[in-house]
Amino acid sequence: MARVTDQIATAPHPGRRAEVFAGVGASLAAGLGLFPLGIAFGLLVVNSGLSWWVAPALSVAVFAGSMELLLVGLLVAVTPLATIALTTLLVNFRHVFYAFSFPLDVVRNPLARAYSVYALIDEAWAITNARPEGWTPWRLVSMQVALQSYWVAGGLVGVLAARLINAPIEGLDFALCALFITLALDAFRSRKQVPSVLLAGGSFVVALVLAPESALFTALLLFVSTLVVRHLLTRRRGAHA
Amino acid sequence: MPDTGYVLAALAIGFVITVSLRAVPFLLLKPLRASAFVSHMARWMPVGILLILAAVTFGSSAFGESVHLWEAIVAAAVTVAVHLLFRRRTLLSVGAGTAVFVVLVNLL
Repeated sequence: MARVTDQIATAPHPGRRAEVFAGVGASLAAGLGLFPLGIAFGLLVVNSGLSWWVAPALSVAVFAGSMELLLVGLLVAVTPLATIALTTLLVNFRHVFYAFSFPLDVVRNPLARAYSVYALIDEAWAITNARPEGWTPWRLVSMQVALQSYWVAGGLVGVLAARLINAPIEGLDFALCALFITLALDAFRSRKQVPSVLLAGGSFVVALVLAPESALFTALLLFVSTLVVRHLLTRRRGAHA
Repeated sequence: MPDTGYVLAALAIGFVITVSLRAVPFLLLKPLRASAFVSHMARWMPVGILLILAAVTFGSSAFGESVHLWEAIVAAAVTVAVHLLFRRRTLLSVGAGTAVFVVLVNLL
């Protein structure tokens, strides 16, 4: 990150307009995914029987696409707030690791910095990681504002479409399952985590048997507990070696 | 149906937890970078959590108001096949799987 800062300090200062254009340009490819998924999210909100304003409210309060889709189902089922808190914590925990490689250093203005941290979604992190050089405050923040605009606009279009169609489309909620299947496949490929897959599968089966009514909560808790044990065992083995 | 107060409370909880997860590491960058616990969790958690989420959402689609088990199995298989065969374009895989499920549930 220091490298990026140095480069920006020595580079001739480009115009603000050009930087905003560059930021929006960098966001376009991700927008192709975010906008349609936002439409599906808006449709799902209205189809589930929630008020239309829940779509934009979720996209501002909990700006994290997969978590928002998941929250729609949790809200409709009036899931206990403790379960919502734990689920949010575990599902969004990956964001903890984004700080290690995100060019926040370039942003000096405190408000812009706060926004940049708040809007550090998977796509924003992925874009800066694919091209780590040349980020400036205006480029970074306009890229993130663009990403949030695609998502919020998609949600509003989805809400409107659901109103126009005026009949719930049964089965649309499968989009969420399909999304998690593809994300799991991608995580599996890049990490070769067979033990994690087995521990997670086992946790899910045990949760179904022990607490079928709160399978998600129980399975997540069991899985993380087994990982803590695994960590302690790995450390002990390391100490003996 | 949930009342507005409950929805707002859930939104507030989601906001505080999500923003904290994004902000706290910037304050603790150095100690966290060296932590074996954090690096183990970074490697082990994502695939398992995503698998559990896939299983739970599969369950709610397959055993919702009416049972659509075989439709969900076909749609999940289509999602996996499209994802692996067409170079992991998430939008395409999710679109194909969802379309298959919606068509099977509504038209058959």
